[in-house]
Amino acid sequence: MNKNLKPFINGLITENPTFVLMLGMCPTLAVTTSAVNGLGMGLTTTVVLVMSNIFISLLRKLIPDSVRIPAFIVIIASFVTIVEMLLQAYIPALYAALGIYIPLIVVNCIILGRAEAFASKNPILPSFFDGLGMGLGFTIALTLIGTVRELLGSGMIFGLRVLPSAYQPLTIFILAPGAFFVLAMFVAILNRLRMKQGKPLGKGGNTDALCAGCTNTACRECTKQLNAEKEAE
Amino acid sequence: MNDIKHVSSTPHIRDGITTKRIMLFVIIALLPAAAFGIWNFGYRAVLLIAVCVLTCVAAEFLYETGLKKEITIGDLSAVVTGLLLAMNLPVTLPLWMAVLGSLFAIIIAKMLFGGIGQNFMNPALAGRCFLMICFAAQMTNFVYDGVSTATPLMQIRQGNTVSLTDMIIGRIPGTIGETSAIAIVIGAVFLIITGVIDLRIPGTYLISFLLFMILFAGHGLDPEYLIAELCGGGLLLGAFFMATDYATSPITGSGKYIYGLCLGILTGLFRVFSSSAEGVSFAIIICNLLVPLIELITMPKCFGKGGE
Repeated sequence: MNKNLKPFINGLITENPTFVLMLGMCPTLAVTTSAVNGLGMGLTTTVVLVMSNIFISLLRKLIPDSVRIPAFIVIIASFVTIVEMLLQAYIPALYAALGIYIPLIVVNCIILGRAEAFASKNPILPSFFDGLGMGLGFTIALTLIGTVRELLGSGMIFGLRVLPSAYQPLTIFILAPGAFFVLAMFVAILNRLRMKQGKPLGKGGNTDALCAGCTNTACRECTKQLNAEKEAE
Repeated sequence: MNDIKHVSSTPHIRDGITTKRIMLFVIIALLPAAAFGIWNFGYRAVLLIAVCVLTCVAAEFLYETGLKKEITIGDLSAVVTGLLLAMNLPVTLPLWMAVLGSLFAIIIAKMLFGGIGQNFMNPALAGRCFLMICFAAQMTNFVYDGVSTATPLMQIRQGNTVSLTDMIIGRIPGTIGETSAIAIVIGAVFLIITGVIDLRIPGTYLISFLLFMILFAGHGLDPEYLIAELCGGGLLLGAFFMATDYATSPITGSGKYIYGLCLGILTGLFRVFSSSAEGVSFAIIICNLLVPLIELITMPKCFGKGGE
């Protein structure tokens, strides 16, 4: 596979930041009350992620190892500020809907995670595609969650009424518990699909990223651990 | 050789007690309250109870069949969940909402977490709270004798007086099973005599609740107010039938007292200071979540480790 396409597909599907890596849970749970909010949050994060990946990759040989995290944060925060001002100026409705969660993109662990795990070790072009893939993977996940929550919680999708007006909205789905229900269902379905594909434990590992104890069969660290446990038995 | 491994440590108690028998006792204990609810609210209460019980049992059966697991509907726990849920619903609730609440109770709150004994939250109350959040208007629509009325708790909150005799007998609006204090106490006495529950949790719950009301409700020691708060709403039903659920209450002795204390304080807090007049179900499910922590701090030390 093309060496640029690989990080792209990787972020989009095999290592989807939301459903597989379980990163960036705060915006995932908090802003997905409607499909539009999910899409807006996802795209905003994508822009920041792509730009910060490019710049961190550019500066990777200049940044001293010991202060890399503060340096990354400064770069990320600059782009978040730019994006925030642009949103406030051009899409005020989305700016109002996302509220505090836009500045909070600075501390989104997907962005710092990709900077640390990928952009600081790879050339610009792969870093760009990694940022794009991860960002779009995040966007798709947030939009999917937002769509289901909006459909069940208010009978609409992207603000258009799709269920008849006789439908009694299940308000719980646009409240906090609904976010957990929908996310859990998606992760369960995806895990089920992966199990069906029959990926053997040893070969599924393709993650170079940090392992946050994800106990996922796609993660190399966890695969190692699981295999070790199996042998011990 | 293999049989040797099956010898458990002492004491070797032999008893005919099974999950099924406990559940059967709970169902019997709920019958007076259910019967009173049916007499109080008419035939629609029967319909609602039947729908809840059937949906719960069917949901458990279908889930276990679909996932090729052992069928556990024979232990009657799904019947208890359905019955308890129905007791917590207003008689006017549309039937499809009752179905939805039952499905949520069994599938989300019980089966997804591993079935009986594994659920971290009382399934019937989870179903009720799900409906309460989704359909607040329908869940608080109390019709009595054909007239839409406020529950006694709401009346007291608004400063009206209520008839205590009616509240103790149960001739008041409310959910199907919560109105009659007498019927619930009869069931509770039956459970205590048969040893299914003991008084530690409900006793601490009711006493701490009363103390909280005396201290903070602003009515002092007014006996009428206290009796009305005690008999009104789902307090007695919750204290005897739902707070004592084995899977979701602490297993340690001192843990039971702490659990009851938390329940009493939270219920009082919700009733006095929240926008709603009732808070038993939310208090119980919040305390359900505290149970692992309570058990952690009250776990007895192993013999010989006391000095550490």
